[in-house]
Amino acid sequence: MTKKNLLRFGSVLGIAVLGAGALAACSSADPLDNNSGGSDEPESGGSIVVGSQDYYSNEIIAEIYAQALEAGGYDVDRQMRIGQREVYMPEIEDGKIDLFPEYTGNLLQYLDADATATESQEVYDALAEAMPEGVRVLEQSEASDQDSYVVTKEFAEANDLTSIGDLAGIDGLTLGGNSELEVRPYGPEGLKSVYGVDVAFTPIEDSGGPLTVKALMDDQVQLVDLYTANPVLAGGDLVVLEDPEALFLASQVVPLASDAVDDEAAAIIDEVSAALTAEDLVALNARSVDEEAAAPTIAADWLAEEDLA
Amino acid sequence: MSWLAQNWEQVVSLAGDHLALSLPAIALSILVAVPLGRFAQRRPRLGGPLTSAAALLYAIPALPMLIVVPVLLGVPLRSNANMIITLAAYGTALLVRSVVDGFGSVDRTVRESATAIGYSPIGMFWRVDLPLALPVILAGVRVVTVSTISLATIGALVGIGNLGSLLTDGFQRGITSEVLVGILATAILALALDGLLLIVGRALAPWRRVRA
Amino acid sequence: MNLLADALSWLADPSHWQGSGGIPLRIGQHLLLTALALVIASIIALPAGALLGRTRSGGAVIGAVAGSARALSTIGVLTLVGLWLGIGIGPPLVALVVLAVPSLLAGAYSGVQSVSGEVTAASRAIGMSSAQVIRRVELPLALPVIVGGARAAALQVVATATLAAYTADVGLGRYLFTGLKTQDYGQMLAGSILVILLAIILELAFAALQRLAARHAAPHSTPALSSRRTSS
Repeated sequence: MTKKNLLRFGSVLGIAVLGAGALAACSSADPLDNNSGGSDEPESGGSIVVGSQDYYSNEIIAEIYAQALEAGGYDVDRQMRIGQREVYMPEIEDGKIDLFPEYTGNLLQYLDADATATESQEVYDALAEAMPEGVRVLEQSEASDQDSYVVTKEFAEANDLTSIGDLAGIDGLTLGGNSELEVRPYGPEGLKSVYGVDVAFTPIEDSGGPLTVKALMDDQVQLVDLYTANPVLAGGDLVVLEDPEALFLASQVVPLASDAVDDEAAAIIDEVSAALTAEDLVALNARSVDEEAAAPTIAADWLAEEDLA
Repeated sequence: MSWLAQNWEQVVSLAGDHLALSLPAIALSILVAVPLGRFAQRRPRLGGPLTSAAALLYAIPALPMLIVVPVLLGVPLRSNANMIITLAAYGTALLVRSVVDGFGSVDRTVRESATAIGYSPIGMFWRVDLPLALPVILAGVRVVTVSTISLATIGALVGIGNLGSLLTDGFQRGITSEVLVGILATAILALALDGLLLIVGRALAPWRRVRA
Repeated sequence: MNLLADALSWLADPSHWQGSGGIPLRIGQHLLLTALALVIASIIALPAGALLGRTRSGGAVIGAVAGSARALSTIGVLTLVGLWLGIGIGPPLVALVVLAVPSLLAGAYSGVQSVSGEVTAASRAIGMSSAQVIRRVELPLALPVIVGGARAAALQVVATATLAAYTADVGLGRYLFTGLKTQDYGQMLAGSILVILLAIILELAFAALQRLAARHAAPHSTPALSSRRTSS
């Protein structure tokens, strides 16, 4: 390198290092810790802030909560499609969001990675204990939307599969799912240790969405992780493998509520939770995917049917 | 397009949010890139590496940028401020070189005549350099405008609502028409603003044709 | 604990440098994808830009096409093609090609356009055939600006190739997505640092290439030619 080029390279690198230094000086371990920062959203006076995940099914449930509360005379501020837990949990803890539909098993794993509960009531109780200050869980619903291992009907019939354990001994299996599945206890490690099943892993980042389903149907992967409320499961081409050893935690719909949600409001939500069955949730999702209807419409129709609004 | 028929209000509202994020970002890019580029053009030895380093901002992938900016500046992750700053960073990276080229294209003899007439440095900047550099700078601003509006869709990945939300929602539900609407609405918005800037450019500097 | 320190310790961990998820392999995949996208985009954009550069009114067409391609959001194209093609490198490749085309198109157009008509006429006058004129006169003269366009395109592609990890197990984007999803922000930052380093190397390589092209085009002239850049 000529001297001039060296100088140039050095200056560019120097400026980049300065930038990195600034980063080092200011960064904390958790970039999503916004306890120190303010929020754009104004603190609403008497209204309840209802939020949802960036997941269309969750948005429908949140809409149901919102509309039920409005019918009960409350003022509701909606903040839909926020994103992942890392993004919204801090906001719930900070009191910026008051009501949020969640899933018992998945949330428990997020809050307490070492949790051992797998059965429905166990999970709920463990979750109630693990909740941070200022947030509580209301009654859980029968409706569930948990991870499950799914194969195509063809594959199931060809290999005589009914439960996950039946996969043991089959070679060349590839599992497709979100990247975090690779490190989860119910991922490839769990499959091996609990059921003796060997799988390779292909990351597919759409949380059991169309890419995952398509990869399964195209036989690019043989096993995928889909959520049980996914309407595609009702189609008949896919088989959910049974999980007798409880690899997956039970994960039912449960509302998270901050202290701003008073007993009256909680009672309204509890009614909703009691009325929401597992089939209902699948049907609601199907309306969103097949009919392409919008969340508020679906929510309003369901509430009208159930006579809750 | 049944989806569009059922949801066009949402599209319009998201388009509004999209503009609310993009326009301040573009303005911020200009405010930062113009002084920076001017400085770089006047002091080439420091300016050369500075321009390169600024251009390299573009190499920082968007998702980490959206996560790092709140850490550095204390703004909440899921805020408009975060998005605007991130978009402005990318916009500045794109714009600086155009500004340098723009000011560099001003004819030396013109500047010398202006000095001879008696322009102060500030007067020189506002009345001579900037107007003459404008066509090149404006070409850069047009590129930044289109890129920013297109890039803003990334915000949907961290919960900042805009037209990008149509992409993530349409993708999850497998509704192709929703994704198409998202892409087209973004593109139309970008091109409309681009066209507007083209007209503004022609009006402001009729003596030079603005090149793409 | 410091985020940057996390990232550096992640990079320092030797196990991350081996195996099928290791850093060297991922860098290789990332570069391969970038190169593939650039080559495909060049095949589309360079001839088109060059051809239009020889006409008078090509500028408007170039502006329109480049502007439209730029207006298509990359994750939009990725999502759309993903719905159609499923997993694999197809969707990211298409999205990256769309991303690279504008800069390459503008570079080719500007480069060819800047070759003055007199030079071409003079070459004809001394007896060069059309092919020779293109090969020995126009192309070398246009090359610095074309390389400038490729440089801008390369930077955008190498940064955005991280999106490939959304649908395929390739590239440095894997570290970004895995890091994000598993809350391992050290990994995410480490992946970003690697991408940035890659970009710096590519920038310098292309800058050198551009200077080389400029010297080849005008061996006795001042650096004026080498400092010409197209707007990206």
